[in-house]
Amino acid sequence: MDMISVIEEGFKRDLGDFNIGDTVKVFVKVTEGDKQRIQPYQGVVIGKKGGGTRESFMVRKISFGVGVERIFPVCSPSIDRVEVIKRGSVRRAKLYYIRGRKGKAAKIKEKETRY
Amino acid sequence: MTEILGKKLGMTQVIGEDGKMCPVTVVAAGPCCVIQVKTRENDGYEAIKVGFSEIKKVKNVNKPMTGVFSKANSKPYRILREFHMSDLKTGEMITVERFSKGDIVTVSGISKGKGFQGVMKRHNYAGGPGSHGSMFNRAPGSIGASSYPSRVWKNKGMPGHMGSERVTVKNLKIIDVRAEQNVLLILGAVPGAKGTYLEIRKEK
Repeated sequence: MDMISVIEEGFKRDLGDFNIGDTVKVFVKVTEGDKQRIQPYQGVVIGKKGGGTRESFMVRKISFGVGVERIFPVCSPSIDRVEVIKRGSVRRAKLYYIRGRKGKAAKIKEKETRY
Repeated sequence: MTEILGKKLGMTQVIGEDGKMCPVTVVAAGPCCVIQVKTRENDGYEAIKVGFSEIKKVKNVNKPMTGVFSKANSKPYRILREFHMSDLKTGEMITVERFSKGDIVTVSGISKGKGFQGVMKRHNYAGGPGSHGSMFNRAPGSIGASSYPSRVWKNKGMPGHMGSERVTVKNLKIIDVRAEQNVLLILGAVPGAKGTYLEIRKEK
């Protein structure tokens, strides 16, 4: 392995297995003054981008009627953990089409899990 | 002054101490072996000659250079430079441990070659409009006045060869020192392509 991948390896993080279309809860560390608390941010993963230390994912939610999208770097130290709430079944890698939709039309079909 | 020779390995992103992403250049720096110590009595000035990038095959070293290295009792090296550093003896090694996190360094190296370039790329001339029937697109325009001076001023920017020259970048911060791997992580970009040999200096 070359030196650059060795260095990147040291910063990589495993946030668990989640994919595009999944509803996730991201626990974000928020620093206020000298206090730190954890704030959950729940929404749908509408895309993943990049690789190595540059990898990031985009989470969209509707907050008080306003669409909010946040991009989180996977190796960001401000993410405490990520919980998967629901597995989504989608046919696209980027779910930008849900931006123009509201209510039921913006719903993502849940993945059927076979046991 | 603390100096070291290095080789640019490429760039990546790492997470800094404040949790922000930092663009860094990865440089394999040192260890540099002191080949010769020049003194005011012998050579007229004080300096040390160091070698970097070991030559593995001894047959690739020519006879005059073999003499230089055998005199210092060292391995043969590809790059030889003179540094203004004191209190070092022949055979001593300069390693990245002389640098620490947060140091401000100056980096010199040979920039990427751009070939024969026009004035817009080489000297940042504005050029002309791209459309509306303009036939003056990337040309330099007038290169001087007529009766006075009746010649072109010296240093007038003209098309020509660009790049492949020594470039120095100052005020670069060291983000991390990996002593066991002989690697420096320098914030931002440094001159040259991957594999360029660099001089890294720290004022003290």
